[in-house]
Amino acid sequence: MIHHQVIVVGGGLAGLRAALEAAPQVDTAVLSLVHPVRSHSGAAQGGINAALANMEACKDDNPEKHAFDTIKGSDFLADQDAVEIMTREGPACIIELEHWGVPFSRTPQGKIAQRPFGGAGYPRTCYAADKTGLYILHTMYEQVVKQGVRVYDEWAILSLIRDGDTCCGVVAMHLPTGQIEAFQAEAVIFATGGAGRIYSNSTNSHICTGDGMSIAYHAGVPLKDMEFIQFHPTALLRTNILITEGARGEGGYLVNRLGERFMEKYAPKAMELAPRDIVSRSIQTEINEGRGFEDGCVHLDLRHLGREKILERLPGIRAIAMDFAGVDPIEKPIPIHPGQHYTMGGIDCNYRGETGLKGFYAAGECACVSVHGANRLGGNSLLETVVFGKLSGARAAEFVRGKASSQGNANAVEQALARVVAETEKLRSADGKEDPASLRLEMQKTMADKVGIFRTKQELAEGLAAIQALQKRYREIRLNGRQKRFNLDLLRNWELKGMLDLSEAVVAGALAREESRGSHSRTDFPKRDDVNWLKHTLAFHTPEGARLEYKPVTITRFQPEERKY
Amino acid sequence: MMATNQNVTLKAYRYDPDVGQEPRYDSYQVPIDETTTVLEALYYILERVDGSLSFRSSCRSAVCGSCAMFINGMNRLACRTQIVALNSREVRIAPLPHLPVIKDLVVDMAGFWEKYERVRPYLITTVASPDKEWPQSEEERKAIEEAIDCILCACCHSSCTMSWWDKGYLGPAALLKAYRFAADSRDQAGLERLRLVANEDGVFRCHTIFNCTEDCPKGLSPTFAIQELKKRVLWKKLTFQM
Ligand SMILES: Cc1cc2nc3c(=O)[nH]c(=O)nc-3n(C[C@H](O)[C@H](O)[C@H](O)COP(=O)(O)OP(=O)(O)OC[C@H]3O[C@@H](n4cnc5c(N)ncnc54)[C@H](O)[C@@H]3O)c2cc1C
Repeated sequence: MIHHQVIVVGGGLAGLRAALEAAPQVDTAVLSLVHPVRSHSGAAQGGINAALANMEACKDDNPEKHAFDTIKGSDFLADQDAVEIMTREGPACIIELEHWGVPFSRTPQGKIAQRPFGGAGYPRTCYAADKTGLYILHTMYEQVVKQGVRVYDEWAILSLIRDGDTCCGVVAMHLPTGQIEAFQAEAVIFATGGAGRIYSNSTNSHICTGDGMSIAYHAGVPLKDMEFIQFHPTALLRTNILITEGARGEGGYLVNRLGERFMEKYAPKAMELAPRDIVSRSIQTEINEGRGFEDGCVHLDLRHLGREKILERLPGIRAIAMDFAGVDPIEKPIPIHPGQHYTMGGIDCNYRGETGLKGFYAAGECACVSVHGANRLGGNSLLETVVFGKLSGARAAEFVRGKASSQGNANAVEQALARVVAETEKLRSADGKEDPASLRLEMQKTMADKVGIFRTKQELAEGLAAIQALQKRYREIRLNGRQKRFNLDLLRNWELKGMLDLSEAVVAGALAREESRGSHSRTDFPKRDDVNWLKHTLAFHTPEGARLEYKPVTITRFQPEERKY
Repeated sequence: MMATNQNVTLKAYRYDPDVGQEPRYDSYQVPIDETTTVLEALYYILERVDGSLSFRSSCRSAVCGSCAMFINGMNRLACRTQIVALNSREVRIAPLPHLPVIKDLVVDMAGFWEKYERVRPYLITTVASPDKEWPQSEEERKAIEEAIDCILCACCHSSCTMSWWDKGYLGPAALLKAYRFAADSRDQAGLERLRLVANEDGVFRCHTIFNCTEDCPKGLSPTFAIQELKKRVLWKKLTFQM
């Protein structure tokens, strides 16, 4: 058994930021499925929001305006106290990143450069070309090396250990050896990222399977607002690799088969820079009504930006378009369509990362604080990882300092370890009739087809039935990788159970919510309904499936109003 | 170019130290179209043919650096390598050369990270930070533009002949990182940065064979960075500043 006072699960931005906060105070270690620099955060492109007011065009910007844009963007489902904290802490967190060495792009005055992003009143998105996530993640890892924080990489956590109402550690598998070990801790912070891969059309990394969410869910911690799935307007045709909103921020056009800049019809003021839910619906409508190109896409046209601007501001996008679609955006438009992109919902927690389980915290995309409500604004997610990573790390350290060691939980830890070892052995030798790769594919297709951008009662009901059928068939699966070392078959199919349960929570929440709000667009209930639905969904795991409860939204200063762009 | 929508033969290196067998290549028939990548082919095998195959992957968009492998004679990222572009009926995949194998295509990167840590890979400042950002002009930012794009995939580290013979040599990836900071107008480590690399395990071990530059999937030139560092070291030494 290994012991640390604080265990952070996840080596992405939220996890590393939490660890950097806790480590100087208490014994802290990071556990991560992949080496930290391989985390999904490194794929973030466009930038990170904060009201720095660095450009002439945003000199009147401030955290309050940032808060308002975020809350309006969320379709008023965000908790306003949490949003205000995020936007207030934002500028200092960005400056800290810069002091650590993040190579932000610069203004002619030598300040951090900012670009326009969707749903924002000012250019507020601090960027480093179109590789902001890569640079921030590498810089953050450099600080982890500098501070000497202990990192256990290629350890996949399989289970959360609880003793009554207290969290006391995790059980994890070391991929290179297959060894399964219990990690005891006084506090555990989950920063395990999103669950995009429950969809077939996701922009997310292969590893974004929502493990932390499902593991918390199975341990009795509720998930919040899972029905709110963000579809990004511009995923590359076929691979769904993301083309950043920054491409439109720099002035890119969306064009249909008739050559029209169709956003005119849907958001005449904001045009291509309306919030993502609106732009995605607009693109999907164009495609559904026959104005898309033959492969079911529209074009993102950057040609008018000119060679120089594309090379300077969007070099990564150019490389992606050339490598993965054979298109040089200097010469040709990029074929795109909407793709699953972000999990607004997640582990129910507050702005200090605290959940209903004592000693258990969550931060980053796996958490739902909630600052994104029904629709996240681009650039707010990276901000969330650093702000709430920091706050949850601070809170966990504070909690641990005020607490005796958890040696008393030794029994619970031993039992959890024994249970997980038995379950993994059973899975490793599973020899049923169901091929798990087919189940995975059917799940992903069901989610994309039935729980997509536009939703109806009938399709959601079909989706729910389909997911429940897959959950049953999962019990009969067959594995064929039996070895100890680096057993991807075992890992992926352990994850698959969690993905099916998460899918079920998403569909159940979507079926119940009879209104349209943000990314959740019910064609049978096209209006937002504040009287009945201005509330968060909580999903609790039960043997019979998701049980739903609701809780109020925190409103401080901004009364819900109609969203127009 | 080959016709599409057909099969290729993919030969993958297989080795599990827990099983007392010599390494071998297994052959698989994989259906491909004109866009299928090597990584997609590996997933096809894992899911449809042989669940015991091991490899690393994460972002599938050439930014996380997980899936570097030796593919048809060259270190490449599997996710970025389209099979038709290899122009060959057979795709032969081995783990990154000269790194210990954990299993199949998964190598032990411990030595790589140890070298990375030796160059003190973080911004060093000695005076108190300002309230706002450190000022940096667009020109100054340009100086690090390439070096910051390294994704630490280890393609260069594995292809560097000097790294094969001298296990202590920092190698191209760590030296590129050292250069990234030496060239950053905000870094204040000064001579300390150069001292870390001004020795026979550092810049002087590079024989400018350019393997690293040829194999870099991001089109970077560690060779350039190493020579740039060497130039700075030489100047300091020639002028008795070091
Ligand atoms: C292509 C793309 C571009 C984006 N661009 C932007 C942008 O420009 N601006 C913005 O604000 N947001 C952007 N986002 C969103 C943003 O990148 C993510 O929401 C954010 O990076 C999530 O960070 P995280 O730290 O919560 O999780 P991640 O970076 O996903 O890290 C999760 C960590 O958890 C670990 N982990 C997962 N499962 C386990 C397990 N079972 N055991 C142990 N460890 C585990 C992983 O190893 C990983 O280290 C983008 C998203 C995508 C998909």
